Amino acid sequence: MRQQHTTQEDMMADSGPKEVAVIGNTDLTSAELDNNIKNTMVEIEKGTSLLRKMEISVAEAEKRTGKNTVNMQEIYTVYLIETRPVDALTEGITPDSLWRRYSEFELLRNYLLVTYPFVVVAPLPEKRAEIVWHKLSADNMDPDFVERRRVGLENFLLRVASHPVLCNDNIFYIFLTEEKDWKEMVYETGFQAKADSRLKAVNAAFRVKNPDGRFTELKHYSDELQTVLSQLLRVRARVADRLYGVYKVHGNYGRVFSEWSAIEKEMGDGLQSAGHHMDAYAASVDDILEEEEHYADQLKEYLFYTDALRAVCRKHELTQFELEMVALDLACKKQQKEELVTGTVRTFSLKGMTSKLFGQETAEQREAKLQVLEQQLEEGEEAVKEKNTESDEFVKTAWVDIERFKDQKDRDLKEALISYAVMQISMCKKGIQVWTNAKECFNKM
Amino acid sequence: MSRTIDDVVSPTQTNTIPADISGQMLDLDEDDDFEVFSKDSTLADGSMFNASMQTSPGSMVNQCKFEEDEDGDSKDIFITVDNPESHVTAIETFITYRVLTKTTRSEFDNSEYEVRRRYQDFHWLKGKLEEAHSTLIVHPLPEKFVVKGMVERFNGDFIETRRKALHKFLNRIADHPILSCSEDFKVFLSAQAWELTTYKKQGPGFLSRMGETVRAVANSVRGVKNRPEEFTAIQEYVEDFSNKISSLDKVTQRIVKEQKEYLEELKEYGPTYTLWSGSEEELAEQLKGVAGCIERCCQETEEQVGHLSDTLVPVLHEYVLCAETLKAVLRRRDNIQAEFEAKNEALATKKVDRDALKVEIDKLEDRVEWANNALKGDWVRWQRSMRGDLKSAFLSTAEKNVDYYEKCLAVWETFLLSQRTEPSEETDRDNTS
Repeated sequence: MRQQHTTQEDMMADSGPKEVAVIGNTDLTSAELDNNIKNTMVEIEKGTSLLRKMEISVAEAEKRTGKNTVNMQEIYTVYLIETRPVDALTEGITPDSLWRRYSEFELLRNYLLVTYPFVVVAPLPEKRAEIVWHKLSADNMDPDFVERRRVGLENFLLRVASHPVLCNDNIFYIFLTEEKDWKEMVYETGFQAKADSRLKAVNAAFRVKNPDGRFTELKHYSDELQTVLSQLLRVRARVADRLYGVYKVHGNYGRVFSEWSAIEKEMGDGLQSAGHHMDAYAASVDDILEEEEHYADQLKEYLFYTDALRAVCRKHELTQFELEMVALDLACKKQQKEELVTGTVRTFSLKGMTSKLFGQETAEQREAKLQVLEQQLEEGEEAVKEKNTESDEFVKTAWVDIERFKDQKDRDLKEALISYAVMQISMCKKGIQVWTNAKECFNKM
Repeated sequence: MSRTIDDVVSPTQTNTIPADISGQMLDLDEDDDFEVFSKDSTLADGSMFNASMQTSPGSMVNQCKFEEDEDGDSKDIFITVDNPESHVTAIETFITYRVLTKTTRSEFDNSEYEVRRRYQDFHWLKGKLEEAHSTLIVHPLPEKFVVKGMVERFNGDFIETRRKALHKFLNRIADHPILSCSEDFKVFLSAQAWELTTYKKQGPGFLSRMGETVRAVANSVRGVKNRPEEFTAIQEYVEDFSNKISSLDKVTQRIVKEQKEYLEELKEYGPTYTLWSGSEEELAEQLKGVAGCIERCCQETEEQVGHLSDTLVPVLHEYVLCAETLKAVLRRRDNIQAEFEAKNEALATKKVDRDALKVEIDKLEDRVEWANNALKGDWVRWQRSMRGDLKSAFLSTAEKNVDYYEKCLAVWETFLLSQRTEPSEETDRDNTS
């Protein structure tokens, strides 16, 4: 069985401004597909019904001016989404394209979060540049930031398009293909009404009694991951800052050597050329750190993924809580019925008190109450059944997606760490070259 | 002795580093005016204008040859300075260093000497040498006091740095064809402590030295009229050289500072990967691997900074001091000439005993000629050793940097290799299924 391995670079789309990702392996038969259940590549295959048909890319970014909601002039960036049928790869068929703002991406994501609460939905890139190593790139209009955001948005679209469930969503498809009226369509789905209030979720998180242990574990993991990645990214940014300083100061050597060489006879040539190498050394740090930004972005994506993980856990807690509530209610009602039937009041209740004070009820009253209770019990049983099913469904589908996510995360981060090592190696090689050259120049002094 | 960052990087460091360093951080490429702060500690020795010491050309004949001598081959005197010890008396606390001399020279009674000397003694020696040979270039001493008042004179690093500089100082003198023959030098190396004290008390008294200095100042105010072109050229060179070497000194110290700050951050970076590995299963090994790599690179970085501090920084600093020495030497030469010129003018204008004056003038003329020749000779010698010293220091730095990057490269390549073997195990599994 030959597998055609698609590289992580395709998935991550971080390899250049106009890189287009294609995941379109059509060699596998359905039998092979079944055989490769365990092979993580296959899970991508199953979900790529969309990507089999079309290439997606975020090709460009542009600045626009317009009036915002409070009628003030604002400058914002729009991103060009290009789509093209997969077969038309070779000829110069121009892709379909439309422009989208960051806020529209956010809207899409919110819609997906609400509509598919059991899915760990890929995060969007930062709205504002926060963890930066160089104060300059904290500006949202900075071209480097915009470029990295473009890459991040493309990555987001590819993540969604390669997700086995999300790729089939119609709203997503229209987001990619029809510029006008998309917003209206999204609102028409009424997803906003379906969204769980934050208050409800927090309440449930506190009061739920028996959440599935795996979700509790997952919640802890996502908290840990968030803490550790935040810290790692912060320290990395500081390290990068310092490294920048070290390299750039060497540029001064370049200048002083050059000036000094003017007053020396024997040493002049050696110094002059050594100076050039020092300049080259100082300049080389820009590329080195730019590459490292891509690595940081890969980590950031998983930092932001922790929010999505927590969202799924919250949803579980909520459904579990609701199940517990209806189950509790049912148990209550059952107990009430029992009390009514046997005439005993086992627990303190207002009913018990009032009956003691105002006398027992008549048989008819009791019968009526019993009828109501029976009805409620039936409804209660139904509700519990429903909630149970709902909860089970949720746990099942969520856990499938969580496993998918875990595999994806392990793969991606493994690749990221390898690419980090590669970057370090490249940096060392450059250093060796520069200083070897400088050494030769010093030798000529 | 543990070194802390504060010991070396504190703002109380010897050389002035611009206070607003952060502003320069991002502008370094365009920074044409990387300011050269003037060293405000003029060496006390530089102002020793003892211009009229009687050193007739004849007495020079008995001294060693003036020609260049082969470095190393005919070295017959070996000196080490080590073993600093602190001494506490009722009045003061001070450090002495052991000075060990091994020599085959006939002027010395023994072939080996071991004495203890304190900084004051070195200072005295330098003064005597400059008195006796005012236009020879005496290698600088480390500073008497640290500019900007470093509190801890007895800090380990400070003592070690000073020790190395004192060691170099004595060895430079030992290498010098004329200076190494100085009687003062011999006494310095061989006399016991009390002997040295007695010896120091001889020589022209304080008041007579005062008289000399006053006259020297008077001459220098008048200025020299017909300075030979070559000395003007040397002076211009020394000005430029002084600026350049000061800049290099500052740049290098700045690099050390930045590198140390980088190291501090790097030390925190590795552990975050270890922390992360605690939360992961599949990734744990790999994350620990990365943490290990970063830690090893930390060690290499620490070594590299140490090398820079030990090798390049002291040499550049020495030559900053050298530049000041050179300026002083040129001034003294000028003064000798100025004195001669003054007397010459007096001959033309004043009504004095012409014959006596003529004799004096001839003597001064000889002095000028001798001073000029001494300086010229030593100037060539100095340039050679300057080139040699700076070349070797920069070379050593470049080599160490190459070594540093090579070591880090090996660390990451080993890690990468360990990662790349795993995927091949996976494909093996697939192929067999």
